[in-house]
Amino acid sequence: MKTLLVAEFREGKLRVKYSQLIAFAKGLPTEASMFLVGSPNDLPQFDGTLYLADVGKYGEYNPSVHKQLLLDVIAKEQPDLIVFHHSSYGWDLAPRIAVALKAAQISEVVAIEDGVPVVPVCNAKLRRKITSKTAQTILTLQAGAFGMDEDPVGAPTVVPVDTEARGKVECHGYEAAKIEGVDLTKSEVIVSAGRGVGNPENIAIVQALAKALGGEYGGSRPVVDAGWVDHDRQVGTTGRTVTPKLYVACGISGAIQHLAGMKKSEFIVAINTDKDAPIGEVADVFVVADLKQFLPVLTEKLKAL
Amino acid sequence: MKILICIKQVPDMESKFKINADGKWYDRTDLAWRMNEYDEYAVEQAVRLKEQVGEVDLTVLCIGPDQVKETMKKALAMGCDRGVHIADNDSHTREPIEIAAMVADFAKDKNFDIIFTGMQSQDRGSAQVGVMVAELLGLPAITTIVAFTFENGTVQVKRELEGGGKALVSAAIPVVLTCQLGLNTPRYPTLPNIMKAKKKELLTLAVPDLSGIGACQETAACYFPERKGSGIVLEGELPEMADKLIHLLKEKTGVLA
Repeated sequence: MKTLLVAEFREGKLRVKYSQLIAFAKGLPTEASMFLVGSPNDLPQFDGTLYLADVGKYGEYNPSVHKQLLLDVIAKEQPDLIVFHHSSYGWDLAPRIAVALKAAQISEVVAIEDGVPVVPVCNAKLRRKITSKTAQTILTLQAGAFGMDEDPVGAPTVVPVDTEARGKVECHGYEAAKIEGVDLTKSEVIVSAGRGVGNPENIAIVQALAKALGGEYGGSRPVVDAGWVDHDRQVGTTGRTVTPKLYVACGISGAIQHLAGMKKSEFIVAINTDKDAPIGEVADVFVVADLKQFLPVLTEKLKAL
Repeated sequence: MKILICIKQVPDMESKFKINADGKWYDRTDLAWRMNEYDEYAVEQAVRLKEQVGEVDLTVLCIGPDQVKETMKKALAMGCDRGVHIADNDSHTREPIEIAAMVADFAKDKNFDIIFTGMQSQDRGSAQVGVMVAELLGLPAITTIVAFTFENGTVQVKRELEGGGKALVSAAIPVVLTCQLGLNTPRYPTLPNIMKAKKKELLTLAVPDLSGIGACQETAACYFPERKGSGIVLEGELPEMADKLIHLLKEKTGVLA
């Protein structure tokens, strides 16, 4: 079985998560090659064929051109599996390949069980096993679901690829993430507010608990989008990734993107009225309660210690 | 300008899900339904574009059984001009390519300038349909937008990237855009607009011929994941739970030393 791994190059560098693609392929009886629109000066450590298109010529985000480059490589390599990261690059490019090849795309794979991909559905409350019925299959892998214990090693055999295709989308550069204000990655205790706080006034309840525990307060994406918590306090894939000694998730359901930002915390407490909330999968302690009632009680007791 | 907004009706994610009788999806009975959150941002952005440009006609499209018309009415009340309902009692069994083909079949001769949709649905979450619609129609697509402006026939958007940075991207219309959370703040329909929405056109169409499309994938099973880890669940009276939690924090972390 042949697998083609699609690595990413963004904001001037090769994204090192390509090691997750290699880790995934190692778990299968497969021969893997790689495709990358990137730079010959920043190559992945990989013992195999690397089909490399020059990012200087084709750009970091140029969907129809990247699509054509990749389709040309697929025509040559004839892989059975084409594997992307489930990322802003992968979920943008993979469906274009799926349409062109009339192939099944299975998105956000978290595991392979008995050869069948497993994906999360309904905010990760459920799992679904999906079998492909097409000769070629496209997979996108959830960030962090597959990993290597050691850093990858190797030197690829580089095969340059080019195309005459031109795109209709223009890139004008990047806006860096704002990292002013508090640096949650330095906090030993973080108490985060999720949608369950209900309104901006209740953020104070979460802040009070954070203070009583000697820590900082943070927030999940919905409360940051709503303007109740500043972006520098957002925990998750598009915010900060934190590993404090104690993480208290208040009214946070545990969407995948949030979990990615905090699941490696040393001790996780979840406070939520919904016993089935996915945050329960990473919580060491799950308090089934309304945070608006429980937090004040907890805070008072902590202050009295 | 003509704009199409594609929306999906999904269950409220706080619902208590059960697996359905054939073990391949969640049971659709006894659930509260709502507009897919990502699509709310799409509707809102289209309505704002109409407020900016003026001469803009907004069509909202939704595929599913009769019940989805309730959600379509919300889109109409937010400011869409007309609705198109593709009546499909099996919509929850369709593959992404089939849904995309239905949308493309509707849109193909209508010359929409922009097609807005959410970047994924909250239930299935395949994040494929929007891009597939663009590919089937031969249109450029830009995904994951968290900012949008329109000027002189060009859309300028910001794509959200891992780590929180944003990519600045533009394209001339016609274009398909898939919306990420936080693109804007979706409005609550006012009562006058809810009343006006009742008079707006809501056409029902049949599912088009899908022969040759799909049959790419099959659900083997849908199930609850095993709860891993030794998570302790605390329930009951608040003071007792607080005491137990404090005890656990003293025992298992250095935080209350």
